[in-house]
Amino acid sequence: MNFKLIAKRLSFLVLVIWAASTIVFFIPRLSPRNAIRERFAELARSGGFAPGDIEKLIANMNEQFGLDKPLLEQYWNYLGNIVRMDFGYSLNRYPATVTDIISQALPWTFGLLLVTTILSFIIGNLLGAVSAWPKAPRWVRSIATPFVLLTGVPPVIMGVLLLFFIGFRLKLLPLGGAYSIGVVPNWSWEFALDLLRHQLLPGLALILGSVGGWVLSMRGMGVTIQGEDYVNFAEHKGLTGGRIFRDYYLRNTLLPQVTGLALALGTVVTSAIIVEGLFGLPGLGTVLNNAIRSNDFPTIYGIVLFITIAIAVLMAVLEFIYPLLDPRVRNQ
Amino acid sequence: MSTITATAPATADVSMEQPSGLTLFLRYLRRNKGLAVGLIILLGLILFTVIGLMTINPKHAYPLSVATKKPPSLQYPFGTDFFGRNLLAAMVVGMWQTAVIGVIAGGLGTLIGVVLGFTSAYFGGWIDSTIRTICQILTPIPVLLIQVVVAGSLDKRDVTIVTMALIVVMLAWMGPTLVIRAQVLTMKERQFVSVAKLSGVSDIGIIFKEILPNLLPFIAAAFVGQVFAAVFASFYLAVLGLGPLREPLLGNIIWAAQLQGAFFNGWWWWPIAPSIGMILILASLALINMGLDELANPRVRKTE
Amino acid sequence: MNLATTENAASRNPAAAAASPILRVEDLVVTYYTDLGRARALDNVSFTLEAGMKMGMVGESGSGKSTLALAMMRMIKPPGRIEGGHVWVGGTDLQSLNDEGMRKARLSKIAYIPQGAMNSLNPVTRIGEQMVDAIKSHLSGESRQAINDRCVWALKSVDLDPGVFHMYAHELSGGMKQRVCIAIGILLRPEVIIADEPTSALDVVTQRQVMETIDKVQDELNSAVILIGHDMGLMAQTMDRVAVMYAGRLVEVATVREMFTDPKHPYSQALISSLPTLDNRGQFKGIPGLAPSLLRLPSGCAFHPRCPLASDRSRSEKPKVNVLPGGRLVACHIYDQES
Repeated sequence: MNFKLIAKRLSFLVLVIWAASTIVFFIPRLSPRNAIRERFAELARSGGFAPGDIEKLIANMNEQFGLDKPLLEQYWNYLGNIVRMDFGYSLNRYPATVTDIISQALPWTFGLLLVTTILSFIIGNLLGAVSAWPKAPRWVRSIATPFVLLTGVPPVIMGVLLLFFIGFRLKLLPLGGAYSIGVVPNWSWEFALDLLRHQLLPGLALILGSVGGWVLSMRGMGVTIQGEDYVNFAEHKGLTGGRIFRDYYLRNTLLPQVTGLALALGTVVTSAIIVEGLFGLPGLGTVLNNAIRSNDFPTIYGIVLFITIAIAVLMAVLEFIYPLLDPRVRNQ
Repeated sequence: MSTITATAPATADVSMEQPSGLTLFLRYLRRNKGLAVGLIILLGLILFTVIGLMTINPKHAYPLSVATKKPPSLQYPFGTDFFGRNLLAAMVVGMWQTAVIGVIAGGLGTLIGVVLGFTSAYFGGWIDSTIRTICQILTPIPVLLIQVVVAGSLDKRDVTIVTMALIVVMLAWMGPTLVIRAQVLTMKERQFVSVAKLSGVSDIGIIFKEILPNLLPFIAAAFVGQVFAAVFASFYLAVLGLGPLREPLLGNIIWAAQLQGAFFNGWWWWPIAPSIGMILILASLALINMGLDELANPRVRKTE
Repeated sequence: MNLATTENAASRNPAAAAASPILRVEDLVVTYYTDLGRARALDNVSFTLEAGMKMGMVGESGSGKSTLALAMMRMIKPPGRIEGGHVWVGGTDLQSLNDEGMRKARLSKIAYIPQGAMNSLNPVTRIGEQMVDAIKSHLSGESRQAINDRCVWALKSVDLDPGVFHMYAHELSGGMKQRVCIAIGILLRPEVIIADEPTSALDVVTQRQVMETIDKVQDELNSAVILIGHDMGLMAQTMDRVAVMYAGRLVEVATVREMFTDPKHPYSQALISSLPTLDNRGQFKGIPGLAPSLLRLPSGCAFHPRCPLASDRSRSEKPKVNVLPGGRLVACHIYDQES
């Protein structure tokens, strides 16, 4: 274990989180909009408040949220809160905290993400590897081509299309929601099946929307690795095609893809969120959508920060795993 | 130790019967079908937009211009939406606006990438370390979410096509910077730069005469990639409802459709038209990007 | 399993070896189909080699020496195609085997040793794995112990510590990597070994070590060795025979002594006379002109545009390979009567 390296990577992680937090802190404050004021303006329109009362309420809220203190002090408190994962209160569902809302929504998002990312990574990379391998039979290699066409269809649009064809036209699968209306969650098989039916379309949308990218990048990698001397020599040695494919080709092409996964995490997570919003699943996506629509800024910022931190941590984890796979990177 | 040396390189004069540049390009297109298809689709889209702009009435792309909620027909080939927009007009204007965003943001992102990447690699030292570290730190940050924050903080009236482009560029320049930087670094090491320096060519001369021409394929690929990313990002922002809401951007149309529960109400044509439009745009850009990648990296080129 | 029993045909019957060559290449033709036209990379190349003999193959870049090696291993990839000829190793024509047969023949009958200093070893698996998988792909029944013994024998034969078995490629020096490649090449005791520029990327001292290793290995196995290279001095020191290639054609094959004292083909003569000797220091003679593009070869003899002895016949008629007394091969019209 190289402590210097670990320290370096951890400090990088901290820097990323700090940078994101700072950006999220300062940008909204650069604009003249005041979330609380706007909130109350809305309320004032619907209810009947006397003007003086509104100002008092706003001042009160400002104090509650700490918005009346000098900027630097706010910043300091803010950073301190971040470390404790305290993102403040939701404007929408006060007195629920943002952290509460996130923890409720997280399991849905996490489950969807995990399954779809693993599936599309494995399927996409295998297809890509095979499609670039000259010895593979023609028909196997041609399977990859339609997947490549899918790269032009981001998960969101894929979701719309799937909704249209399968949900609307064919009425095979539900149009949204986590489970059917009127069903009470319980631990039965029927409920599990109902859950699955509702996850199928969004899951498919995510998988089909991202698998193309893996196929493409793996194919490119495959073409490069194919030309490498050691693959050539493997053939000169008279190894069977299967062995060359597995030990010389696949093992070397997958390595950069793992790095690619780390880099793509941002896109993967954001696509998942948006698709969730589209299908109305009770995950972070829908929460974010609602927060945007109702100008619930603390929730918006909280979710953004949380996701950034999660991605940064995941990237660090992947970086730690990498030396286990590639002996060239292991430290002496 | 003695060696055989030829007095001149082995490849001889092929200039005599060299087929023309255009023929070679067309032959190459035949092999690189991806690039060919991408270019064809792009051409089709450009024609659609240009002819569209000349024939339709742009006012019909905005609400309250025509009858509402009509399915596709001869009069309204793409149907109309809840707000009374002629979707065909909306598509044409939306495509044009998407193109504007794409080109502005793409061009800006590429420019920043080239300048920063080049400076970083050419001058090295602490400039290089700083730029590189900043890029590395910013890369893991999920771009879309920050863009959500920015767009969400703006006054809704301030969000226009141009501001969309700027928001999109904000966190997109790191990719090209690192790519260009890597390329310039390899070139710096290579012999032809040292030779030029020894021959007395000035620094500026080296930059323009030796390095830039070799960078062109990468710059082109980076530009297409940036346009793709810009179109993608602006689309996502619009779908979330953070775009310039009045404008018929394709993402906006889908957002509005979702808001009004288009599928539940049976107005299927409303989100479908912009979806297909988006697919075509992204597909063509992706294919062209792939094709350019192949061009820039000769090893990837298939030779038969 | 006793390694001594898995010997190649030649060593089992020395008399037969002397009588018939272990390697016979007959009219090998390779063409590359490119966008700019068809390139004839190998034009009816024929030669023989006996067991235990070392033949050096020289020629400029593009002359076809590497293509010849690939063609013999049947590793020519599109847009190239083998369009004719036979490659007899022992009693088998490699060109007549099906894909699976050829795969088995590689490494066991004919072995190719690449430039090890380059990227020829898998960077993510250990050296040992790369030796074991070669064995397993050919001999399915060997016990773990037998496989181990074989690897240890191979590593020791190239003067490498058996500990290398557990190392990764990036932990080895250029010379060590080259020797690992040689070790892999001899694992199955092939009848023919082709070494492709084994010393080109190495320093002088390591070069000598590698050449000595190849010698030693060949003595033990009695294989026929073809060494592709462009270092004439090295050829003179170590080879039995030298073959010269030009523009995809074999222009001369002679013993080392003959080649360096009395080269017959005008191209060989130009090559030899361009080498610096102790007498003519400071004066170097090159060969005027350029080697032709394989896409548009000159009519008749490929060398005629640069040949001081060119005649009308050279311009119009492709020279056939003349067999001179003593077994020498020369593809030049000058010697048409002598054969």
